[in-house]
Amino acid sequence: MKRTSILLGAAAAMAMSPLAAWADGHLARGGSGHLNIIYWQAPSTLNPYLSGGTKEVESASLVLESLGRFDDTGTLVPWLAADIPTVENGGVSEDLTQITWTLQEGITWSDGTPLTAADAVFTWEYCTHPEGGCAQASYFDGVESIVAVDDLTIEITFNAPTPFPYTALVGAESPIIQAAQFADCLGARAPECTEANFGPIGTGPFVVTEFRPNDVIEFAANDSYRVPDQPHFATVTFKGGGDATAAARSVLETGEFDYAWNLQIDPTILSQMEAQGNGTVVTAFGTSVERLHLNQTNPDPALGDLRSTVEGGPHPFLTDPIVGQAMSMAIDRALIVEIGYGAGGQPTCNVLPAPEAYASTANDGCLVQDIAGANALLDEAGHVDTDGDGIREYNGVPMTVLYQTSTNAVRQDTQALVKQWWEEIGIGSELRNIDASVFFGGDPASPDTFQKFYADVEMYTNNFAGVDPQAYMANWRCSDIPGPDTQWQGANIQRFCAEEYDALVDEMAQTADLAERGRLAMAMNDMIMQSYSIIPLVHRGGVSAHANTLGGVRMSDWDTELWNIAEWHRIP
Amino acid sequence: MLTFTIRRLILAIPTLLFISFIIFLIVKLSPSDPTAGLPLTIPPEVREQIRESLGVNDPVFVQYFKWLKLMMWDEPLHLIWVEDGWLYRFEDYLYAREICPHPPHLTQLERTDLFPDGDYNSCIFDEYGPRIISYQTRSPVMELILQRMPQTLWVVGTSYIVGILIALPLGIISAYRQYSWFDQLGTFVSMIGFSVPTFFTGVLFIVIFAVNLGWFPSVYDTTLEVTDWETFKQQFRQMIMPVMVLGLFNASQISRYMRASMLDNLNQDYVRTARAKGLSESVVVLVHVLRNSMIPVVTVIALNVPAVFGGAIITEQVFKVNGIGQLLIIAIQAGDVPVVQTVSFIFAVLIVLFNLLADILYGVLDPRIRYD
Repeated sequence: MKRTSILLGAAAAMAMSPLAAWADGHLARGGSGHLNIIYWQAPSTLNPYLSGGTKEVESASLVLESLGRFDDTGTLVPWLAADIPTVENGGVSEDLTQITWTLQEGITWSDGTPLTAADAVFTWEYCTHPEGGCAQASYFDGVESIVAVDDLTIEITFNAPTPFPYTALVGAESPIIQAAQFADCLGARAPECTEANFGPIGTGPFVVTEFRPNDVIEFAANDSYRVPDQPHFATVTFKGGGDATAAARSVLETGEFDYAWNLQIDPTILSQMEAQGNGTVVTAFGTSVERLHLNQTNPDPALGDLRSTVEGGPHPFLTDPIVGQAMSMAIDRALIVEIGYGAGGQPTCNVLPAPEAYASTANDGCLVQDIAGANALLDEAGHVDTDGDGIREYNGVPMTVLYQTSTNAVRQDTQALVKQWWEEIGIGSELRNIDASVFFGGDPASPDTFQKFYADVEMYTNNFAGVDPQAYMANWRCSDIPGPDTQWQGANIQRFCAEEYDALVDEMAQTADLAERGRLAMAMNDMIMQSYSIIPLVHRGGVSAHANTLGGVRMSDWDTELWNIAEWHRIP
Repeated sequence: MLTFTIRRLILAIPTLLFISFIIFLIVKLSPSDPTAGLPLTIPPEVREQIRESLGVNDPVFVQYFKWLKLMMWDEPLHLIWVEDGWLYRFEDYLYAREICPHPPHLTQLERTDLFPDGDYNSCIFDEYGPRIISYQTRSPVMELILQRMPQTLWVVGTSYIVGILIALPLGIISAYRQYSWFDQLGTFVSMIGFSVPTFFTGVLFIVIFAVNLGWFPSVYDTTLEVTDWETFKQQFRQMIMPVMVLGLFNASQISRYMRASMLDNLNQDYVRTARAKGLSESVVVLVHVLRNSMIPVVTVIALNVPAVFGGAIITEQVFKVNGIGQLLIIAIQAGDVPVVQTVSFIFAVLIVLFNLLADILYGVLDPRIRYD
């Protein structure tokens, strides 16, 4: 026995030694050679401030960096900054209106010039210019000023106490751009700077060598990157085009590419592809939840202009939590996940499912389907079928809903399943799907947008960027209800309104203590869940795939998936 | 013939203006929003600002006339510069005259090398007149089109030529030996090519030749430049699947026309006369019959040429060729009105021009047809 283990040990040592030597070569700067990435939606520009799409933010993150970033566990880590300012270390003022960041010393742009606090100030000016149409302007919301105290010190002042000050210049969405390069590109002139927008100079591990909009980007290692051995890859091809299935195939079947993003395809097909052994499917869960919104106002077409507005009056039966509860109990979330989402989804009972500190466990009863219980609940409340057509009546109104969502194979499968379950509890439904560009388009003239909500129930996914839910939970304030007077803008889509809820929102905006913020967020989540104005279905994750020869991937949904690309390397 | 051509060209102007206006109305009035594709985390106020900065909120007629002026006046100035009887691309001219300090189309690395101080932004195109700007990329639409032309012409153009080269002999022999096994087989193949959609044949080809056999790449590399034998082989390998998929479709269509037209002519009296004169079969078929049969076929071929420039939306997507077709479909999905409008308008111009060309070719092929 002993001899065997010695022999095994020797064999392992023999095997390891050449490997180690070999790995050294691969872990030098550029030692891993060429990396092929496929994003089937191709980036249109490399300036995330001009686009706002995920594809542009992620591709630009190879070049542009911010002060701090979220790692794969959702923890804020210093990136260009020396450390994360907090109240404890004095970086955040006691009254929560000021945060002071210090840049690491010696960081240079890829053109060799030093990165200074002036670049950060310029970035703020660039994005908040009134004529620029900056897509990430919300990251600078509440910022009164950004001042360069000295070359390395950036002082951000907010116009109100801000318990979570890590928004401006934090995360992949609001990186620092070079003042020298973009100086002539402020405001309305932003689109004129095609060369700068297509080839921003950055501090990141790679530099752009060629950019073809909506097609392909070529990157090369940045010689002046601050970590000596990184990036391990010398060059990167970032190809776009095709569709999710083709992207998955190119990594898992043909092996032409090393990394493919956003593979929201039939889970059976994806696992068949993975079974071929060329690559691995990776998932990461952020805050995305596929949910049903139950209209709390009356969408009856007879109301004309008043339909789906607060003035039009409450919904005939969906404002009753008993109804929403029964509808929620009838749904088998695990089956929806199995059919439509596979590894990319988990059943959830919360609209705020993550981060850990904010996730409530009070509603987990919904994870088990209970059709009999739902029927009993409605029977007890007296909402029974009085005319024998199989549909219950609620105070004489037949409980039939118009259930709409965007056109998408998985969503239509879900709709069909839910319709069937609701029929079993005596709630009829009419299904409708609307092209995504119209549904999410926000055109105030169109009757089919999700904001107008000319339906009883609608389904889509929403999430928040980063890790702090304060702004997200503020979506459901009474004042955020969309209506004709606000051009149907407003995030309180289901038109939920409760004074106690608004009070919690205000309290959270004044609270800095993390544990207390967690308690408040959970209380708000539970309040919405128990109003049954939102029925959460699936906690959705990002699904990507990488070749088995690609090492160092730490998939994250808190920041860009490519956040640690400098550490990626080739495995022999 | 010249008067006819000039008359037709002049008539084309109101036609094209009308087409451009109709396209604009269709694109504009259809429910689309350039910010629809953005994540829901971007708040409505910011979306409104983006729309404002793109000019989406201007009145429809103002937007149309702005576009028309850019398309008819500014863009031609940008693309073509006449000096001393030479045509230049405007950017090349600026560089040649040292008005612009850097050569056009430099890569980022080359720029950094040439201009370490970072003053390469000093040649901002807007100083030389406004251009049509895409909503998605915020860059000139014409540059996008020029960038996509090579791969579209390579792939779709080659497939068209391949299609014609297959179709003509196939149609001629099929007609000459009507109901023979060759004719039956040709009919069978062209029916398949005609009725099976390219998104099916494309994926089938990929599964067979890229996944199972591993012969050809499934993703087209648009950055590949053919400089030597090795890169030529690479280009050949990546083109063969899309070219064959599209070529099969084109060949099916044209060969049916060729066969039908040959059959019409083979039974004509002049063919009997030619044979009676003792002309050889090859001369009868390939000179007398073929020339007369070509008239309808030439029309079909000429009228389909604009489609080559239009790219092949589905096939380009399947093989990730990212040419004009993909540019158009992405722009439609993203509500990118300037790109959709400009690309569609260029198609319209090409269709009008090739219609004219087909009419002129009739006169060349058939001396009886005269327009003046």
